[in-house]
Amino acid sequence: MPKFFGTAMFLIVAAAPVAFVLAADPPRGDPVRGEKIYGRCMACHSIDRDRTGPRHKGLIGRKVGSVPGFNYSPAMRKAGEAGMVWDEATLDKFLENPTRFIPGTRMGYAGIKDAQERADLIAYLKKASAGS
Amino acid sequence: MEAMQPSFRLFSARRLFLTRSGQTVLSAAAVALLAGSESLAAEQKKSGAKTSDVSILNTALGAEQEAVAAYQVGAESGLLQKPVLDLAVQFQGHHKAHADLLAKTVTKLGGKPIEAKRTAEYKFPVETLKTQADVLRFAAGLEQGAVSAYLGAVPLFANRDLSKAAASILGDEAMHWAILRQALGENPVPDAFVS
Repeated sequence: MPKFFGTAMFLIVAAAPVAFVLAADPPRGDPVRGEKIYGRCMACHSIDRDRTGPRHKGLIGRKVGSVPGFNYSPAMRKAGEAGMVWDEATLDKFLENPTRFIPGTRMGYAGIKDAQERADLIAYLKKASAGS
Repeated sequence: MEAMQPSFRLFSARRLFLTRSGQTVLSAAAVALLAGSESLAAEQKKSGAKTSDVSILNTALGAEQEAVAAYQVGAESGLLQKPVLDLAVQFQGHHKAHADLLAKTVTKLGGKPIEAKRTAEYKFPVETLKTQADVLRFAAGLEQGAVSAYLGAVPLFANRDLSKAAASILGDEAMHWAILRQALGENPVPDAFVS
């Protein structure tokens, strides 16, 4: 193998873990900041009761579109039937752009574009929504 | 509540202004923005985005209907004293105006407006409302959420007239929120931007 390729291979192999860490290291969420951000959700959502949107109690680990008695959009029900579950990853993508992640959702909200704010909100939801 | 006394004085001055001007401004402007726009329906019928716009409007309608019911609960709680009670009733009137307009617009676009629930079905946390401040804080939370909800809806409408109308309602909700914060002794406008 020519020396150039050997050096290039070394750099690629050496840089790969760094790139992996950078790509796989989402912001750490702060539930205190997240509680403040949750204020934005309070026209439609509550932790404990169904409103225009479904309650968030028991959200983490719950199948999408599955709160009993809540009138979901067909799109949201279909996502749940396809196996989608609310966890940190799905919440992050949904909150970033709800109508792009689940087209047809009734959550007509442009989304939270700041990754740190999403992490904070998810940290709060994990804490506040514990239990069923 | 002693901490709220200065706010009451502000309320008295604002009440005079609000009761004279607030009730007609939104309806006239918003009707011109939305329900009176014949081109809106024509344009939307050509667009595949009609369903999406109707869905967003219906979501907003549901939140407005809940706000109307929430203010009714607050007004009937016996916890609100004048002039706060008068303001609550006036804000409720604004939410009714928003809801009426949103329902008419949904109909104009060929959709079916969602119907308001009975008050009991909203399951408001009435057990936590023991003082006037509790009621105001609860209302402030709804208004804050409404500001964010409309802010999040503005860029999604396919029709810019709807975005403009949503921004008009957003401004009204933001004023409610600021006045409620003032009444609670909090900074009425804590940030340069709403989010």
